[in-house]
Amino acid sequence: MSALPAHDMPPLARTGNLPRGKLGVLLLILSEVFFFGTLIAVYVFYIGHHTGGPTPKDVFDAPLSGPTWQPLAVSFNSVFLLVSSLWIVLAHRALCRGATTAFGFWWLATFACGSVFLAGTANEWHGLIMDDGLWMGTNLFGSCYYTLVGFHALHVTAGLTIMAIVFVLTLAGKMHQRHAGKIELLSWYWHFVDAVWIVVFTIVYVIGWWGAA
Amino acid sequence: MSTVDASKTSGPAPVTDNYLTHTRGVWSWLFTLDHKRIGLMYLVSVLGSFFLGGIMALLVRTQLLTPEGLIMDQDQYNQVFTLHGAIMVFLVIIPSIPAALGNFVLPIMLGAKDVAFPRLNLFSYWLWIVGALCFVLALFTGGLDTGWTFYTPYSIDTGSAMGGVIPALTGVFILGFASIFTGMNFVVTIHRLRPPGMTWFRMPLFLWSIYATAIIQVLATPVLGITLALLAVERAFGIGIFNPALGGDPVLYQHFFWFYSHPAVYIMILPGMGIISDLIAVHSHRHIFGYSFIAWSSVAIAVFSFLVWGHHMFTSGQSELVTVVFSFITFSVAIPSAVKVFNWLATMYKGTISWNTPMLYGMGFIFIFTIGGLTGLHLGTLGTDVHLHDTYFVVAHFHYVMMGSALIAFIGGIHHWWPKMTGRMYSELWGRIAFTLVFIGFNLTFFSQFMLGSQGMPRRYASYPEDAGFQLYHILSTCGSYVLALGFFITAGYLIQSLIGGRRAPANPWGGRSLEWQCTSPPPHDNFAEAPTVGDCYDFSVLRWDENEQGYVWREDVSHPANEAHT
Repeated sequence: MSALPAHDMPPLARTGNLPRGKLGVLLLILSEVFFFGTLIAVYVFYIGHHTGGPTPKDVFDAPLSGPTWQPLAVSFNSVFLLVSSLWIVLAHRALCRGATTAFGFWWLATFACGSVFLAGTANEWHGLIMDDGLWMGTNLFGSCYYTLVGFHALHVTAGLTIMAIVFVLTLAGKMHQRHAGKIELLSWYWHFVDAVWIVVFTIVYVIGWWGAA
Repeated sequence: MSTVDASKTSGPAPVTDNYLTHTRGVWSWLFTLDHKRIGLMYLVSVLGSFFLGGIMALLVRTQLLTPEGLIMDQDQYNQVFTLHGAIMVFLVIIPSIPAALGNFVLPIMLGAKDVAFPRLNLFSYWLWIVGALCFVLALFTGGLDTGWTFYTPYSIDTGSAMGGVIPALTGVFILGFASIFTGMNFVVTIHRLRPPGMTWFRMPLFLWSIYATAIIQVLATPVLGITLALLAVERAFGIGIFNPALGGDPVLYQHFFWFYSHPAVYIMILPGMGIISDLIAVHSHRHIFGYSFIAWSSVAIAVFSFLVWGHHMFTSGQSELVTVVFSFITFSVAIPSAVKVFNWLATMYKGTISWNTPMLYGMGFIFIFTIGGLTGLHLGTLGTDVHLHDTYFVVAHFHYVMMGSALIAFIGGIHHWWPKMTGRMYSELWGRIAFTLVFIGFNLTFFSQFMLGSQGMPRRYASYPEDAGFQLYHILSTCGSYVLALGFFITAGYLIQSLIGGRRAPANPWGGRSLEWQCTSPPPHDNFAEAPTVGDCYDFSVLRWDENEQGYVWREDVSHPANEAHT
């Protein structure tokens, strides 16, 4: 049956029509899910098993590090990160229309909101280290907390770095409608960083705080 | 159109422009985006690592000739077997088939010009080189004596602060990324670059196995990467996630390690099974038996691979319920594995078997894999595992699977595609002699270790009691390893000789039907001028032997798909 001439061959049934770049980014995100999954598993595994202080209750309950209750401050920061996901969608849509000025505006808004979130994390860490005396080696809670939240912050930093480069390119007039596909891939990555934060937030500041001994 | 002409008419005369001669100079290789050159560079690098790891193995075997140990003290012994394991696993077997042979063959089998992301492919290679250099660095900064598994808390405490552990962990971390990127590249390539007519169930089975492997690479490697990164942070900053002294749990480390490393066993064996599926069919000149069963069994093995990691930890203190569940799931892996073996045998049945060197390796694989697979059942059984755990029985079992199966398939694959990669034929006589030595040497080395293990000889010991009756088996095993080494040196010898004095290879020396046999040997720079149209890649009835060509050509009375595509 293989001796069939070509015109007798059934045409190739392509499943879906995802371009290769999108498929690649999807696989990268899938891989990242397992990276984060491991650290989240570590965190969950040790909830309530921390030896020695400060415990999550110690640092999250008492507003030692600032004027507000800490989970509330972190929620406030999180809003900025989540909103930035909206701005990046608007930026992508603007670029699809070829409106590069609007793209630059929304892109800067995304970058600014991401930066506020990162600054909030830095501020939180500063308080934890200086006021609560909690660092990676202090106890198991510190080890789990800084590796998980730090790994997420690393992803935010990576995203912001790429965004900064793209913004410089925009100012230089190098971003055009034809780059919309690449911007969409970047936005997928950013949405993923956002979505992971929702999980991390729930684990660390809700379940971890509530389940702490 | 050179590809079509070549397969029909070209005699022994070489086609002038091929990927080897397309551009010249060292830089044209180091920064090439050509998947064939990257594959060849991987091949050379992997074989170099194989040589190093092999030397370590010979040192280990020589040490154990006498009960008190022949050539090393215990610390040196620990370092040598650790490096043997780490090099062979991370630098040789994991990249061997996917990165070296897969890179070369996969795009050509798909009739594509290259992989989906050629730059990422080159980047993976350079990551691999950096990772390998980290291992070399580990050698010079105090060595590594943790065993390739880096079990905590020993790996947190051993050696000086910097020692060899952190460079080695860094190396594995970087190699992990090389592996992830290669996997991503192959998944996208197989999804997006298949030619007209090649549906999923018309792909050569090698591609199915590479696809299943790539999925595991993308999903499991991150777990190892982050675990080893945590371990490095523990050593560097004194955190305690896996350190019981600080409240951490070393068993958690074992869970994470094996969550990657058990699937990694299938990263090693699945591509080997893919190669064997193609070798057996091509050299038996018979349509593969049970195509879809073999294809689906690759996927099934990939799925199961994520659910059996706990069988490495039967004696580590997991709960009894978990242990029983893992034991049960472990047995189910035997089903897809056996499906493959029976299909290979059924393919050979009533086939016209050519006793070429690649086929010998194919049949050697089936023999060795059967032993390796069945002894896996002994270890999956809870009662026997408690006795056999951490003995030479385990060592023998995983060498039957990882060395005797995965690496034998790799060597068989090298012999199968050597004419395609280099454009030269090697000496069949020497090929058969070397295979015989490898086969006898391998079984002598490792079958005696089953005996040792069942009598209670623990692994990783530099010496053993004189009156325990172990020495005879150790001597047999060591003799076997020398025979094995001789076989590999002869192999290296005649393969290198073939580059200088070998007969020029025809386009299709074995009678293969998949697309790589339709372009010249060696292939031109961009493989195919136009994406070829494909049929059933296991229907060999359209080919006939041609005496002038010294290879297989299309029968004149059947239409040539590649020709028809343009009419």
